[in-house]
Amino acid sequence: MADIRLEGVGHSYDGGRTWALKPMTWTWRGARAYALLGPSGCGKTTLLNIISGLLTPTVGRIWFDDREVTGVPTAGRNIAQVFQFPVLYEEMSVYDNLAFPLRNRKVPRQEIDRRVRQVSALLGLDEVLRRRSRRLDPGRQQIVSLGRGLVRPEVAAVLLDEPLTVVDPALKWTLRSKLKEIHRDTGHTLVYVTHDQTEALTFADEVVVLNDGAIVQTGEPAELFLSPAHEFVGHFIGSPGMNMLPAEVTGDIVRVGKSTAGAVKGDLPPGPVRIGVRPEFVRIAGERTSPGVPARVTGTDRMGAYDLVHTRVGEHQMIAKTEAGSSHEPGALAFLHFPAERTFLFRDQVRCGSLAPLNGRGEE
Amino acid sequence: MSEQSTGAVQADEPRPALKRKDNRAWWLVLPVVVSVAFTAVIPLMTVVNFSVQDVFSPVDRVFVGLEWFRSISRDPEVRAALVRTLLFSAQVLLLEIPLGVALAVVMPRRGLGVSVALVLVALPLLIPWNVVGTIWQIFARGDIGLGGWTINNVLGVNFNYTLDSTDAWITVLLMDVWHWTPLVALLAYAGLRSIPEPYFQAAQIDAASAWATFRHIQLPRLRGVLTIAVLLRFMDSFMIYTEPFVVTGGGPGNATSFLSILLSKIAVGQFDVGPAAAFSLLYFLLVQILCYVFFTVLTRSGR
Repeated sequence: MADIRLEGVGHSYDGGRTWALKPMTWTWRGARAYALLGPSGCGKTTLLNIISGLLTPTVGRIWFDDREVTGVPTAGRNIAQVFQFPVLYEEMSVYDNLAFPLRNRKVPRQEIDRRVRQVSALLGLDEVLRRRSRRLDPGRQQIVSLGRGLVRPEVAAVLLDEPLTVVDPALKWTLRSKLKEIHRDTGHTLVYVTHDQTEALTFADEVVVLNDGAIVQTGEPAELFLSPAHEFVGHFIGSPGMNMLPAEVTGDIVRVGKSTAGAVKGDLPPGPVRIGVRPEFVRIAGERTSPGVPARVTGTDRMGAYDLVHTRVGEHQMIAKTEAGSSHEPGALAFLHFPAERTFLFRDQVRCGSLAPLNGRGEE
Repeated sequence: MSEQSTGAVQADEPRPALKRKDNRAWWLVLPVVVSVAFTAVIPLMTVVNFSVQDVFSPVDRVFVGLEWFRSISRDPEVRAALVRTLLFSAQVLLLEIPLGVALAVVMPRRGLGVSVALVLVALPLLIPWNVVGTIWQIFARGDIGLGGWTINNVLGVNFNYTLDSTDAWITVLLMDVWHWTPLVALLAYAGLRSIPEPYFQAAQIDAASAWATFRHIQLPRLRGVLTIAVLLRFMDSFMIYTEPFVVTGGGPGNATSFLSILLSKIAVGQFDVGPAAAFSLLYFLLVQILCYVFFTVLTRSGR
């Protein structure tokens, strides 16, 4: 239950030409549940392996509280790691699997037995303790792998590398709530790697979004959804992702083609920007609104509980989420209104400002 | 005829149950049947035929029933050769399997070393049997062979495989280990390479020692390839012929006279085709039975 501090930690697999993980400074605070979210190949697993010591970073230092562990091998770090697919000592029983990490550390026999039974009760493995581990279903096997991590006392952190990939969907929910429960009961620091946003958002106290080897935003799930700091976050979180629309800042007005989208909040040098607004917040109307951007309706997805209205602004697709039973005919002209408090401006993919109400100005 | 004509009239109706089966595809199997019959089945039948007859000349033969099987299975020379061959196979397996696995474990897993190690290890496998025999026949000689000379003059041990039966046995055994351990090593190496990286990472996290990693991760996952290795090495060593024939000729005395060497002596040397045929059928049967036992034991023990 330690704070894990990364100081300028970066990793390169090719001697510094490209960074799998760009040097970063970041602290995983003790007893919190983190989700590490990002697309495949963004450096998630690299980051995890650096924390657990399977990989020594090319640059930077790692601290567990006040102890520097940069050069400490995996076995000395007291980290539990669960991999994408169950890793078991297949010819051993479930009991022996759980006892294995303790036996290797020469823990006394009674203590091993006590810990194993404790963990098995926690994970609900009691009735399969004597079974051969490879005879279990993948979900159970993954729980045993997790148990092997939890069985050690004073585990600094539990790292989970997309642990539910092999588990069938029906079991996923059960396992995820089990994990949450365990986190609540044991108070371990949890880092949960996933590329599934639902998994990340439902699971974590805090989400860390990684893209291209760098942390692009961290925050609570709601924060990432409501105010993304990077185009990638807007695009990656939310379903469908954030609408992005090229626009131009002139003076303090944001224009899309000839029409005005709104004013700029604060100071922003003139030039091209991209307007980012979630489908949930786009307001679509049949009549001209001010400010408003004209769009052509291309179709409607009826999702049951809501509708997704697809439109085109010039070349760019914009989606608006509306109540079920909307009546926008394909080919019809519509006007899109972007609410000030939920619309952001991005320049070079990074958020540089947000939209402000026009207050009656700017319309020609 | 009338049925056929009604069939033709109703041909466009969907009645697949009445459709005639076309069995002509069986003809495609014919080449295989012919060649297997010509190269394996018919010669084997000749052997079976010989095994129940006393053949004096191609035109003069007597049916003797199972007489040859009886006499061969009671023959003390055959029994001694059987014990010798079993002992040899057991030693071959006990040496080559652990040695091959050990070799595979220490072979590099990445980098340039992989190809170098693979080529070096595979080298003995590329040499024909009789050449291996010749190499070792010279290598182990006390006067001009490097190995034999070193043992005699540097280590000061009296070593002569042409006179001493233990020395001859050791020479043949070492030769087989040198020749075939690489096969076990390559099979085991392939098996080890197929173990996904997370298994080793998990072992590190669990603080497993190198031995525990080997014992609980690598060895269990070698079961499949080692089953194959054991079967191949057993069959091959149980039927070893060329190398001892070249190196020791079965001697000194009959110290290295294995079943195959004895068999060829009876069949080709003495031209006793009846007993030789019975012998080879029993030999064949024994190999089959032992392989079946090995296979069953090795594949069942993992369940």
